[in-house]
Amino acid sequence: MAGEKRGGEVSAREAIFANVRRSLGVTGAEEPRRFESEARLAKAPPGVVPKRGQGGAEARIATFKAEAERAAATLAEVAALAEVPGEVARFLRENNAPATLRMGTDQRLATMPWSVTPLDILHGPSDGHDLNAVSVAFAAIAETGTVALVSGADNPTTLNFLPDNQIVVVLRSDVVADYESVFVRLRETYGKGGAPRTVNFITGPSRSADIEQTLLLGAHGPRRLHIVIAG
Amino acid sequence: MSAVATTSKFKENAHDALTDARLQGALVHARNFTVRRAAAAERLPEFEALRDNARAVKDHTLAHLDLYLEAYERKVVESGGQVHYAQDAEEARRIIIELCRSLGAKSVTKGKSMVSEEIGLNQALEAAGIEAVETDLGEYIIQLRGEAPSHIIAPAIHVTKQDVEQDFRKAHRDLPATRDLSEPEQLLAEARSVLRARFLAADVGVTGANFLVAETGTSIIVTNEGNGDLTQILPKAHIVIASIEKIVPTLEDAAQLLRVLARSATGQDASVYTTLSTGPRRPGDPDGPSAYHVVILDNGRSSMLGGEFEDMLRCIRCGACMNHCPVYQAIGGHAYGWVYPGPMGAVLTPSLIGVAEGGQLPNASSFCGRCEEVCPVRIPLPKMMRHWREREFERHLSPAPFRYGLGLWAFFARRPTLYRFATDLAARAMHLAGRGKGRFSWAPLAGGWTQYRDLAAPEKTTFQSQWRAKSGAVK
Ligand code: SF4
Repeated sequence: MAGEKRGGEVSAREAIFANVRRSLGVTGAEEPRRFESEARLAKAPPGVVPKRGQGGAEARIATFKAEAERAAATLAEVAALAEVPGEVARFLRENNAPATLRMGTDQRLATMPWSVTPLDILHGPSDGHDLNAVSVAFAAIAETGTVALVSGADNPTTLNFLPDNQIVVVLRSDVVADYESVFVRLRETYGKGGAPRTVNFITGPSRSADIEQTLLLGAHGPRRLHIVIAG
Repeated sequence: MSAVATTSKFKENAHDALTDARLQGALVHARNFTVRRAAAAERLPEFEALRDNARAVKDHTLAHLDLYLEAYERKVVESGGQVHYAQDAEEARRIIIELCRSLGAKSVTKGKSMVSEEIGLNQALEAAGIEAVETDLGEYIIQLRGEAPSHIIAPAIHVTKQDVEQDFRKAHRDLPATRDLSEPEQLLAEARSVLRARFLAADVGVTGANFLVAETGTSIIVTNEGNGDLTQILPKAHIVIASIEKIVPTLEDAAQLLRVLARSATGQDASVYTTLSTGPRRPGDPDGPSAYHVVILDNGRSSMLGGEFEDMLRCIRCGACMNHCPVYQAIGGHAYGWVYPGPMGAVLTPSLIGVAEGGQLPNASSFCGRCEEVCPVRIPLPKMMRHWREREFERHLSPAPFRYGLGLWAFFARRPTLYRFATDLAARAMHLAGRGKGRFSWAPLAGGWTQYRDLAAPEKTTFQSQWRAKSGAVK
């Protein structure tokens, strides 16, 4: 355990557990309690899941688009992955953004025909000086118009927060109904009880209402979130 | 010792707040929250069922807290992180300062964290020669002003844009004096560029956690600005400070609570950024912190388990109770004198810092019940404020006029017929006193309130007698 080097911390841990157990009137060894908590961790029951995001693929995509727009994201749909670069270039041009674009080493991005666009492509994490970045979502959630991104060797997390214009590619087959569906996919990918270093659920561009409750977009994170649905 | 409290001077604080015209102007903005929450709740047919289940998730977790804490700790260590335990504020500060020193940290960025306010972390870091920079816009503003947050989700709600302009001009002296800062847009843009440099320069990032997930050893933060994320992904180490009751069993359980949290807080269906963090940077990851520490704080909470204030440990810090509280709306958050204001603060503060210091707060209630109506985890706040009042009454700590008033009420409450007679009489008298205006500015035993606020004059008859007349039931 982390704190075992420090004598004081071990006793703090023991004191807290002892006090929790004293207050609850338990020893921690009671079988039924152990059984109940272990069963919950193993089964992860879903609870109340809203109907809003449910439905077939087309219904989910329609709900996803409507909800993402409510959260001030912009959206475009293209028929094939090969059409993504053209759409990204159009979006940047229309927003008077410079023709540079940073991305991770995600294979799906690497195989797209970026050379048909005038964009200068940069790879790797951001040092805070990039204006535009593109990533591929792990999944998208119809219920709240949310994109889910995971960190990994191909997917720098800095791209989700430092650039002004965040562009996220969502594959049509990755639009799921709800958060619970993303958790199922996470367990398939990382194993039960496992997780990537970071999962970012992102719903619209960054904002703040801290000055007189005036809602403004572009607080510390991206000023714009553009979602390209493809495939 | 925790953050310094002026809670025992609640009455004086409230008096000052009510006479502060600038504060009263700023507090008007707090009322937007109620409209937005109602719209968000209306839009989701499952909202009430989610509230019931959110309460059930929390109750289940609290009843098994020792086991879920153990499971959580195991998973954090498995994913390469470290867990530290702190029984009180002093211990938590010491652990964090030692961690910062061992990492050679000179500058620390901070995501918004009420627990870090509770332990007075900023002052302790500064005293240790480590610069602490708040990065949530509201927290940054109040840090410049040397103030405490006045609201748990909108810390600078008591501040006007003119105040912010002055604060920025004083703090950002290297920027041209002639720049225009009259609009919130310009203020936000300036804060963004000043803080961007601080994010990139920080050695350690400290965030709170909305939830700690036992299943995966994950900490979850929820923000709209993205500041919490920049705080944790850019520096070499991420330190999470969270109290024991933030534990939830599974990701599914966290989702139940997230669904009611944003809606109850800001009226959003989801906050912009909900971030799940598990351990430090993995092999091959191109960014993210190399070290991940969690400091788990008790500070009096374990003693609340199993007792009459246990329900308060369900609180997910959404702020709805204060947004809907007529007392909070009238006096703002600072009058409560410690970290947690409003109804949740009135219940939690005496539990955490003691009834001698915090015992006046449970009187800051009109018992209208709005807080309990909107609380996403259905905490019976008025009932618990009443528990504290009874305790305080027993201890004879209350000021004399209050004791006298409550004693009189208790006398009548035990004699319902007499009570109805007396209140009917009082209602008639007060109706006469307030005639014409529908409100009156003086009432017996209520001088402290009506000096600055008009009390709505009651109908000629009491609620009880109207109810009897309308339902036809005479009891
Ligand atoms: S007591 Fe309830 S309403 Fe108040 S902050 Fe906590 S969860 Fe929200």
